[in-house]
Amino acid sequence: MNQTTTASPAPVGPASRRSPRRRASAGTARALTQSGVVAGLLVFAALTSFPVVVVVLSAFSPESEVLSWPPNFIPSRFTLENFDGLIARIPVFSQSWNSFVFAAAVTGLSLVFNSLAAYALARIDFKGRYAIFTVLIAVMMVPFQALLVPLYELISEIGWVNTYAGLVIPRAADVAGIFLLRQFFITLPRDLDSAARIDGASELRVFWSIILPNAKPALLTMALFHFVNNWNDLLWPLIMTSDSSVRPLTAGLALLTGSATGVAPYGVMMAGSLVAIVPLVVLYLLVQRRFIEGVAMTGMKG
Amino acid sequence: MTTVQPAYRAPKRLGGPPPDRSGQIARHDRGRALRATAFLAPALAVIIAFVFVPALSALRLSFTDASGFGQESWIGLENYVTVFTDPNTLRAIWNTMLYALMYGPLVIAVGLGAALLLNRKDVPLRSFFRTIIFLPFVISMAVASLAWAFLLDPNLGLIPYWLGTIGIQMGDIFASTTWALPAVTAVAIWKNFGYFMVIFLAGLQGIPRYLYEAAILDGAGAWRQFRAVTMPGLRATMTFVIVFAIIGAFQAFDQIYIMTQGGPDRATETIVYRIYTDGFRDFRMGFASAVSYVLLVITLALGLIQLRIGAKREQDLE
Repeated sequence: MNQTTTASPAPVGPASRRSPRRRASAGTARALTQSGVVAGLLVFAALTSFPVVVVVLSAFSPESEVLSWPPNFIPSRFTLENFDGLIARIPVFSQSWNSFVFAAAVTGLSLVFNSLAAYALARIDFKGRYAIFTVLIAVMMVPFQALLVPLYELISEIGWVNTYAGLVIPRAADVAGIFLLRQFFITLPRDLDSAARIDGASELRVFWSIILPNAKPALLTMALFHFVNNWNDLLWPLIMTSDSSVRPLTAGLALLTGSATGVAPYGVMMAGSLVAIVPLVVLYLLVQRRFIEGVAMTGMKG
Repeated sequence: MTTVQPAYRAPKRLGGPPPDRSGQIARHDRGRALRATAFLAPALAVIIAFVFVPALSALRLSFTDASGFGQESWIGLENYVTVFTDPNTLRAIWNTMLYALMYGPLVIAVGLGAALLLNRKDVPLRSFFRTIIFLPFVISMAVASLAWAFLLDPNLGLIPYWLGTIGIQMGDIFASTTWALPAVTAVAIWKNFGYFMVIFLAGLQGIPRYLYEAAILDGAGAWRQFRAVTMPGLRATMTFVIVFAIIGAFQAFDQIYIMTQGGPDRATETIVYRIYTDGFRDFRMGFASAVSYVLLVITLALGLIQLRIGAKREQDLE
């Protein structure tokens, strides 16, 4: 609030250079639109943060209060009993760990695989590169949801159901990622690597010590997207894991809803939701500027 | 002109052709192709094994009565005939289209609205607002669904309670065949509009300021500026975003799985939800594959449109 008032005196103050009448009305009009805009933004911000606030408050609220009518917005006291309930119902620590392993492994592997492929497509002139690129673009449009049935059959034939490999390996490279990195690699100046090549640097060396260090923003963007998307994914882990030893948290929580008889255990589910979002929200707040710029630049999603 | 030529040629920059090395040709060409293959191999192996091969097996499965238990026989187009005659499957396709028709325009309108407000230079706390409004995009749809299911629960939820205190009886919207689909759509809009806001902000920043200054000199008010400058300036962004929103809508699953399980009375069953239940609950893998191919064809068509727009957008940017 303080910041609002200190940041906004501009429209009121400098109105003293033109003719007094118009200046006053123009000043008021501007202040009015400005407060309208701020009011609008406050509405948007309230809309987006309200459910998150409710998750946080109910997670720490006594279960009896979560399941009472009329509902309380602010709990009468703060307690950890929902977290006890959560731990009793699902192996929340191991599932969080599974989420982390799944998201981090996919991110790590696909950074390597995608950037290698993107380098070849952007920086090595070879016959067939255009053909490969065209085919990859066609593949980019195949929704993975359409491949669920054969993917499941394939994974179970290899014996990878309920394994990290089954979750991770099929996601270890993706065309959207290759596409994004290729776009970025292309914009790097040619002299950058041609000098090194003339000096006899190997292709791998050019890739590793010249192109990659110059592509940090793109790599970071890609890493964020992969981590967030896989941490949050539901359908894929739901199908590929039937055993909670490898099941990530999102799927664990989803199955918790189904297992409820009678009234859904909302207090416990809100506690679980909080556990699922805290790591991502922290990550987001740390790098939000980069993340948002990455979205704006690439339009990459899902 | 008789200026002195520099003794060297300035190297070409930024995506120019590679330096001419036609002296060394063939051997190098082969070497390059080999090296490129090595770089491409890991990614291509994954994509071939887990996209190409499954896409082909889905096609094959869609002509069989596969049930996931060994035995399967070729039944020709029967699954596809069923897709387009079975009322429940048609309903799922129809629901998906309704979902897309609600989701697309609304998520775009709300995202654009937020972007227009946030694009003004005189607004305090811009980065704070931007951060908060984008926040739901990093939260999983599953968690968003749990939160909204709780908020809207007719027996426990804050929203029915608060609406009740001002005299509006909301009832159980997830049990209403009319309102359940709009409700699951609204959750997706809530989660994703911040994403569209960011895309629009980028688009808005690409509109040159002098166009607005010229419009103001011509006496254009806010609405006229929006119609005459903002909307045309956003045309490329807009088309891109529309296709993107529709593609996303055709893949809706998570919030339906968590909030309604396709009910009530199949009112929220969508294409992907059908793929999931047909394939993994009812073990009609052949039929689920046929439904998958319907989804694949729709998405491919939309994707091709998007690609053309993408190419056009790049041209416009240059």
